[in-house]
Amino acid sequence: MQLNRDVLTESYRKMRTIRAFEEKVHDLFETGALPGFVHLYAGEEASAVGVCAHLDDEDRIVSTHRGHGHCIAKGCDVEGMMLELFGRRSGVCGGKGGSMHIADLSKGMMGANAIVGGGPPLACGAALAAKTLKTGKVAVTFTGDGGSNQGTTLESLNLASVWKLPMLFVFENNGYAESTGSGWSVAGGDILRRAHAFDMPGFQVDGFDFFAVHEIAGEAVERARRGEGPTLIEVKFGRFYGHHEGDAQTYRAKGEVERLRADHDCLKNFRQRVTEAALLTGSELDAIDAEVDRAIESAVAVSRKAADPDPAVDLLTDVYIRY
Amino acid sequence: MARILTYRDALREALRQAMEEDPTVILMGEDIAGGKGAPGEQDAWGGDMGVTKGLWGQFGDARVIDTPISEASYIGAAVGAATCGLRPVAELMFVDFMGVCFDQLLNQAAKFRYMFGGKAKTPVVIRTQYGAGYRTAAQHSQTLYSMFAHVPGLKVVVPSTAYDAKGLLISAIRDDDPVIFFEHKVLYDEARDDVPEAPYAIPFGEANFVREGDDVTIVALGRMVHFAAKAADVLAKNGVSCELIDPRTISPLDEDSILESVEKTGRLVVVDESYPRCSMAADIAGLVVDKAFHALKAPIRQVTAPHTPVPFAPVLEDAFIPSPAKIEAAVRSVMKGA
Repeated sequence: MQLNRDVLTESYRKMRTIRAFEEKVHDLFETGALPGFVHLYAGEEASAVGVCAHLDDEDRIVSTHRGHGHCIAKGCDVEGMMLELFGRRSGVCGGKGGSMHIADLSKGMMGANAIVGGGPPLACGAALAAKTLKTGKVAVTFTGDGGSNQGTTLESLNLASVWKLPMLFVFENNGYAESTGSGWSVAGGDILRRAHAFDMPGFQVDGFDFFAVHEIAGEAVERARRGEGPTLIEVKFGRFYGHHEGDAQTYRAKGEVERLRADHDCLKNFRQRVTEAALLTGSELDAIDAEVDRAIESAVAVSRKAADPDPAVDLLTDVYIRY
Repeated sequence: MARILTYRDALREALRQAMEEDPTVILMGEDIAGGKGAPGEQDAWGGDMGVTKGLWGQFGDARVIDTPISEASYIGAAVGAATCGLRPVAELMFVDFMGVCFDQLLNQAAKFRYMFGGKAKTPVVIRTQYGAGYRTAAQHSQTLYSMFAHVPGLKVVVPSTAYDAKGLLISAIRDDDPVIFFEHKVLYDEARDDVPEAPYAIPFGEANFVREGDDVTIVALGRMVHFAAKAADVLAKNGVSCELIDPRTISPLDEDSILESVEKTGRLVVVDESYPRCSMAADIAGLVVDKAFHALKAPIRQVTAPHTPVPFAPVLEDAFIPSPAKIEAAVRSVMKGA
């Protein structure tokens, strides 16, 4: 499938933004500037962007604890996200959510989710709402290989199939649930095979290849919009960092991350493909890189100076709409 | 002329009227129509207690949605759909089954508003039955509302009468926050009241003064309101005047009414069918100790179930449930100042 320049440019910008955001968060975390847990998405950008390229603000996604990439791919404000990671009052969730709970419902982003397997039932609900209200919209749940083994996820696969919901189950298999290998924890080896069990089409795709993800996801989204039910997509790749920042990753093979960065980098792959095909030039991509880096630097500068929430006001608000 | 409805029929009328009023209200649950995918009658059950009977016929498959036995997925789907423009009312057949789906309420529905910085709206209602008295033993008889009341972000409703059941369910469905709605399984048939036909809403956080009195304040919930009323009748004949308060919702809780009453009577008995530890009885006793200690003329008495699972044998189950006699004894004890 031939993609037009706008789609290519926008997709590259988003993938590059995710990478730059995560590299920066890695550095900031090391300096102690960020409280709490952060789980980085670097290396997995092609999945979030390849899928979300087919969605608009009314289509819904639910994400995982490794959610920054999905947020950016779905259009969340990057400065607002950085402010949130700093716990600032002007963060996208007012500093009350943090890295693991970033959401922007106006963008169809229903939240990163710090409960592994927490998201799939919610996505079933979003898809049910789309179906009931006849909006023609779809829902996507991003789930890791760890989440693929949760009962909530397996129940949701069944429910989505029984109810023929307009949704995608995107399983991002990065090889590890925390420190546990997916080759061991996922019975049957491939998550893909579960599609057959739940009577829905299933695809396995190389997550280093944006174009492959984009094409498969596009077909699945169209299928959902046509009312033909859910699709399972297993995206296989590796993460460039640990489970969370501070993870020494001694469970990984020696040289594994270096090899991933050298040979399985979706951004390098993208650049090579589009420049060889003369769809975009190296200098155009360089210009995007520079813009993205400036935007991230600016977001950090703003976040460092921004005000914290006010305990006298903000601690007790927004528990309920009315109580 | 009186229009007597059972608790069950009052609940069904509330659901029907809410669905007629708002096309985004949908029902979900196991067997709430019944017969889905089966060769016989459709709408065979109307829920295991018959509360939703007939609604499938009126509103159809798109709004009365049978689910697989898969609470984690469909309770979560109700929560997710609530953030996307629907007002789902999901039936969790027995509250004991919260164990398989609690995450979707505890960590998802309850938290969205706060952790998303005030931007989420999750108007979902979970209807669920609770309580002992049906000989259904340890896994189908528990009174677990206090576990939900513990969680910020959830509202918890415990109606004791058919009148309240209708008005509170209408309020719950119109409410923009997640609401857990507790229906006592014995009350479906036993509670009968004059219930107006026109829709009406009872606000949350407003206790009902079931009877006024001067000597002792009794706070009771759900089925226990009826037991407390029986005890109060007997005590009245013996010259003890009880003020009986039914909070109706435990989150929010009408603290002011409880405190005002204790300020007047100086004595408190709390009746709660749940286990004693971390119960609503303990919570309300703690509230009064904190804020009205000066008014107390006697120790507070809590009448609860014991710290045991709900037993099966009828003689054991009857001993497990707080009785009018136990309530009466507790009142007599505080009247003696002990």
